[in-house]
This record gives sequence, C-alpha cells and structure tokens, in this order.
Amino acid sequence: MLIRKKVLALAWGLAMVLAPVGLMAEGGEKQGKLVHVADTRGLTGFNLYFADLYNTNRLLFAIEAVLITVIMGVTLGILMDKLVSVIGLDLSKRSVKE
Amino acid sequence: MDFFTITLPISGVEINALLLVLLGVAVGVLGGFFGMGGAWMVTPALNIFGFPMPFAVGTDLCHMAGKSIISTRRHAKFGNVDMKLGFIMLAFDVVGIEIGARVVMFLEKLGLAGPVIRWVYVVFLALIGILVFYDFYKKQQLDKAGADEAQSAITWHETLHKIKIPPMVKLPVAGVECSLWLPASVGFMVGLLAGFLGIGGGLLMMPALVYLIGCPTFVAVGTDLFTIMLAGLYGAFTYGVKGRIELLAVLIMLAGAAPGAQIGTIATKYIRGYGIRLMFGVTVICAMASVILKQVGWGGAASWVIMTAVSIMTLVVIVGMFKGAAQELRAKRLSHEGH
Repeated sequence: MLIRKKVLALAWGLAMVLAPVGLMAEGGEKQGKLVHVADTRGLTGFNLYFADLYNTNRLLFAIEAVLITVIMGVTLGILMDKLVSVIGLDLSKRSVKE
Repeated sequence: MDFFTITLPISGVEINALLLVLLGVAVGVLGGFFGMGGAWMVTPALNIFGFPMPFAVGTDLCHMAGKSIISTRRHAKFGNVDMKLGFIMLAFDVVGIEIGARVVMFLEKLGLAGPVIRWVYVVFLALIGILVFYDFYKKQQLDKAGADEAQSAITWHETLHKIKIPPMVKLPVAGVECSLWLPASVGFMVGLLAGFLGIGGGLLMMPALVYLIGCPTFVAVGTDLFTIMLAGLYGAFTYGVKGRIELLAVLIMLAGAAPGAQIGTIATKYIRGYGIRLMFGVTVICAMASVILKQVGWGGAASWVIMTAVSIMTLVVIVGMFKGAAQELRAKRLSHEGH
C-alpha cells in the first residue's frame, strides 16, 4: 500500500513537473495542422537515417533525439573533464567566496 | 565561408556551421557562468539565422538540455547543486508556469498580450538590474567598513527564514533551513512570471535563489542549471514528438557549448560571487534595452544590442577563466619548486 502510494506520488510529481513544458510546446504560433516532411533526396548516413525516422516515426525520433543529446552531453562533459585535468586544474574545490 | 555552409536535413535551412558552433560557445560560457538556459539569446539568434520560430524554440530546448548536463555535472562536482531545493522549486515553478500561460491566453483574447507582456518584462528586468547594482554597491560599502566577507548586503532571506510555517526543510548544500513554503512560493512566483513572460525562467530563478532563499551565488547557479536540465530534457522530447527539432544543429551547437560550458562553469571558481552578480546585472540591463528597442520597432538595433552584449560578456568570462587558471597553475608550480 505504501509502495503504491509512493509510486502514485512520484507519478503525480513527474506529471506536475512535465505537463506545463508540454503546454509551452503547444503554445506560441499554432502549428498543429502544419505537416512538415523532411526532404531525404541527396541525404546519406546519419542525416538520411534521422530524416527518414522523422518522416516515419516521430515518437522514436523524439526518444532518439533526447537519448543522443544526453549521451553527447555526458560524453562531451567527460572528455572536457579529462582535458581540464590534463592541464592540471584542481576542479574539486574553489578558492574564492562571495 | 562557403566551406562551412550546410543544409540541415529536416528543416532544409541552409546555415553556416561555424556560426552555430560560435553561438554554442557563447551560450555555453554564459549559461555555465550565470546558471541560465539562455533561450533569450539562442532562440532569436537561430531565428535570425533562418530557422522558422517553432524549429528555433525546439532546437534551442534540445541544445539547452545537453549543455545543462555538461554544466550541471561540473557544478555538482564543485558541490554547487542542491537537488532537494531544485526539485521543490521546479515542482511549484511549473504550476506557476501553467497559471502564467493561462493569464497570457486571457490577455490574448483582449488583444493586449504583446505590449503588456513586453512592458511587464521590461519592468522586471529593470527591477532585477537595480536590485543587483544596489546589492553590489552595498557590498562595496560593507567591505570598506571591514565587514565579514561572507556577510550579504541584502538580507531579505533572513527575514523570510523567520517565517516558520511547518513543514520545515533542511537544504544542506544551500546551507538553508526554512519553511517548505518559502522555496515553494518563490518557485511558484518565478514560474508564474516565466509562464506569463514566455521565457525559460533562469533569468528570474537565479536572483530569486540568491535574494529570497539565501543561496550562495554558486549554489544558485548550479541549482538553477539542474532545474533547467530537467525542464530542457522534457522540452526536447515534446518538441521532438511535434517534429520541431533540428538534431544536426543541436549536435553542432553542443560541440561548441561543451568547451563553452566548461569555461563558464570553471570561471565561477575564480570570479567572486559578487562579480558574477554584477555581470548578471549588466546582462539583464542589456536584455531590457533590447526588449525596449524591439517594442519601439527597432528590431535590428535590438538584435545588435543583444549580440554585442553576449559577445562582450563571453569574452570577459573567458578572459577571467584563463587568468584564474594561469594564476592557479603558476601557484602550483611555485609550490612544487618550493618543495
């Protein structure tokens, strides 16, 4: 019962956090009826794959776009960390205050 | 420059990739330094580069999420992210956004939305700017009088902390113990304004965390970025489903934002909290000038002001970071030689 309550509370919390962003996406200029199709002629590799996915499965396109963004963000962050530590900067503490 | 011109596969927009990288660097530096998503810089810039507005917003949100991951990781390692505070603020922030958006819809029906929103935006930016400059001036006076370095000039948060309506929460990273209703109501108010003004909210959240919650500037920046990261990820998803993300542009901008975010975040290690507040104040005033110029029909001048301000601030932060890093490395070398 307690677990169910916790799951419900978590779901409600997530819905509260995420729903308005969806509303923001709906806002602005009304674009609901506009169907945009990517022109895949002349595309190859990565661009062709994503343009095709965009035209055929928007949900999967959105999921893959978010996943790639997260992976790219984390990877670039780690790479930059390594680069900065090679330079010799101490990133574990700060010396200046308010 | 034609060498860098590419055609984006989904929107079909032709764009100079170098411009996207530079935009990524600038927004990465300023976002990591001030704790902002930077939508107020990126969305108009992408629109100027030729993106249709919905693509500009969706692409910006997706890039903002990736960039905030990089900055939040770094700030978390510095111990600047109060996740508990971030979750509380975000939960109530979004309720405020929802209500703010509905007020806009109501004003739209009356045909008043555009000018009312812009002038309210100007008033708030002016108030934040004045507050930050006043705070900086008072801090200078305190320093001259030999006050404790940690003493804040504006202490509204101390008065607000005296309101002890249960439940009370301990926010260990921020070093604050207060009623849950304080961060909740501040988050709600920030969301209400952000929803009303149609902005991400980082511009409002950062000073709210400092002056109303009592966070140290660094924790305000890190916690703000944490909430931006979560909101940006969902924004990226929902705009993706609606087909308004240009993924290739996101990845190109991230390539610039990655070093930019590191530079901006590391710069907070070398620049005093009050220095960050002062630069934030200058940026806010430039944003305000840009909105006023747009309102009076000088769109070109508005873009010029915002782009110049972004370029100058980016350069100042980069120089600050490299100066600080050079000093640290020199000190390390001297200490090694001493041994």
